[in-house]
Amino acid sequence: MTALLLRDLRLAFRSGGGFGLALAFFLIVATLVPFGVGAEGATLSRIAGGILWVAALLACLLSLDRLFQTDWEDGSLDLLATAPIPLEGAVAVKAAAHWLTTGLPLTLAAPVLGLLLNLPGPAYLWLLVSLALGTPALSMIGAFGAALTVGVKRGGLLLSLLVLPLYIPTLIFGAEAVRRGSEGLDPATPLLMLAGITLGAVALLPFAAAAAIRVNLR
Amino acid sequence: MSLWEYANPKKFMQTSAWLLPWFTGLAGLTLVSGLVWGFFFTPDDFRQGATVKIIYIHVPAAMMAINIWIMMLVTSLIWLVRRHHVSALAAKAAAPIGVTMTLIALFTGAIWGQPMWGTWWAWDPRLTSFLILFLFYLGYIALWEAIENPDTAADLTAVLCLVGSVFAVLSRYAVLFWNQGLHQGASLSMDREENVADVFWLPLVTCIAGFVLFFVALLLMRTRTEIRARRLKALIARERMA
Repeated sequence: MTALLLRDLRLAFRSGGGFGLALAFFLIVATLVPFGVGAEGATLSRIAGGILWVAALLACLLSLDRLFQTDWEDGSLDLLATAPIPLEGAVAVKAAAHWLTTGLPLTLAAPVLGLLLNLPGPAYLWLLVSLALGTPALSMIGAFGAALTVGVKRGGLLLSLLVLPLYIPTLIFGAEAVRRGSEGLDPATPLLMLAGITLGAVALLPFAAAAAIRVNLR
Repeated sequence: MSLWEYANPKKFMQTSAWLLPWFTGLAGLTLVSGLVWGFFFTPDDFRQGATVKIIYIHVPAAMMAINIWIMMLVTSLIWLVRRHHVSALAAKAAAPIGVTMTLIALFTGAIWGQPMWGTWWAWDPRLTSFLILFLFYLGYIALWEAIENPDTAADLTAVLCLVGSVFAVLSRYAVLFWNQGLHQGASLSMDREENVADVFWLPLVTCIAGFVLFFVALLLMRTRTEIRARRLKALIARERMA
C-alpha cells in the first residue's frame, strides 16, 4: 500500500499534471472574484471564507477525472483489482494520494489567498482547520465519483454533476466554520460535523467506490 | 404466490397490461375531481385569497418528489441484492417522473411565493433541500444516459442512489443547520398539513391520492416501454449475429 501511495505521488509530481494545476486554479479563482464583485474590503472580507471554500472544492474537482482514468486506460487498474491488497484499500490509498497532492497544498495555500481577499484576522486559523478537516472528505467523495465514471469517455462534466451535489454538506459546514470564526463565534459545532463527514466518508465510501470499480472492470 | 413472480418480465408485462388502464382511469378520475373540487368548490383563504389553491398541486408534487426517490432507493436495493431486471428498469423509469415532480413543486412554490412572501425564491431550508434533490435526480439520470452497457449502468446508478440517499439526508440536515445559522427566528413555516382546515383538507387528500395513482400509471407505462426497448435491442443484436 505504501508502494502504491508513493507511486501515485510520484506520478502526480512528475507528469506535470494535477499537482501544480489545482493550486494554480485555486489562485486564479481567488483572483477573479474581486473583479466580479468589486474590490471593496468590506464586501470581500464578508465573502472571503465562502469563496475560498468554493474555490477549493472546484480545484479538487479539477484533478479527479485522472484519479482512476489513466490507470484504467493502461490496465493497471485491473492489476490493482487482482492484487493481494483489497481494492477498497487501493481506492483509499489513491484518495489519500489525491488529498496529499491537492487537498493539503490547497489548505496550506488558503491563508495566503485569504490575504488577497481581505479575510478577517481571527478567521485564518479556522480556515486552515476547516480545510484540513474537510478536504479529505472532498478527495474521498471525489474518488467515489471518479470510480462511477471511470468507464465513461470524457466523463469530466458528468463527474462534476455527480460529485458537486455530494459536496454540499461539506461546503456548508466548512464555510460556516470560517464564517463563525471570522465573527468571533464558537466554530466548534460545524468543525465537529465536518470531521464527522470526513470520518464517515473515509470509513464507508471506499466500499462504494471499490464496488463501482469492480462493476466497471467487469 | 410471491411478490417475486412479478420480477419475471413476462409476468410483469401481463399483469401491468391488465392494471394499467385501471390505474390510468382512477388517476384521471381522482385528479380531475380533486382539482375541480379544490379550485372551484372551496372558499378562498381569508388572508391568502385564491393563491391558496396552488396547494392542491404543490403539496402532492412535493410529496411525490421525495417518495419517488425513496421508491428508487428500494428498487435499487432489490436490483443489487436479487438482480431482478424489472426492478432496475423501474428505478430508471421513475427518475424522470421524480425530476418533473420536483420541478413542479419548485415552480408552483415560486408562483405562490411571489405574492405571499414577495419573492420568487428564498434560501429557506425546504426550498434549498428541494433544489439539491433536483440536482441529485439530474446526476442519477445523467449517469443512466452516459453508460452504454445496461447492466453496468443499472449497477452504477444503484450504487449512486444508495450513496446519494445518504448524502441527500445529510444535506437536508446541513441545510437546516446552515440557514438557522444565517437568520435566527425568521421562519417561513410551510407545515400547512397541520394547520389546514377541513374544507381544504379533503380535496387535498383527493389530489394526493390522484398524484400517487398518476405516478403508478406513468411508472407502469414507462417500465413497460423500457422492457420493450430492451427486448428490441436484444432482437436487433440477434439479427446482427445471425
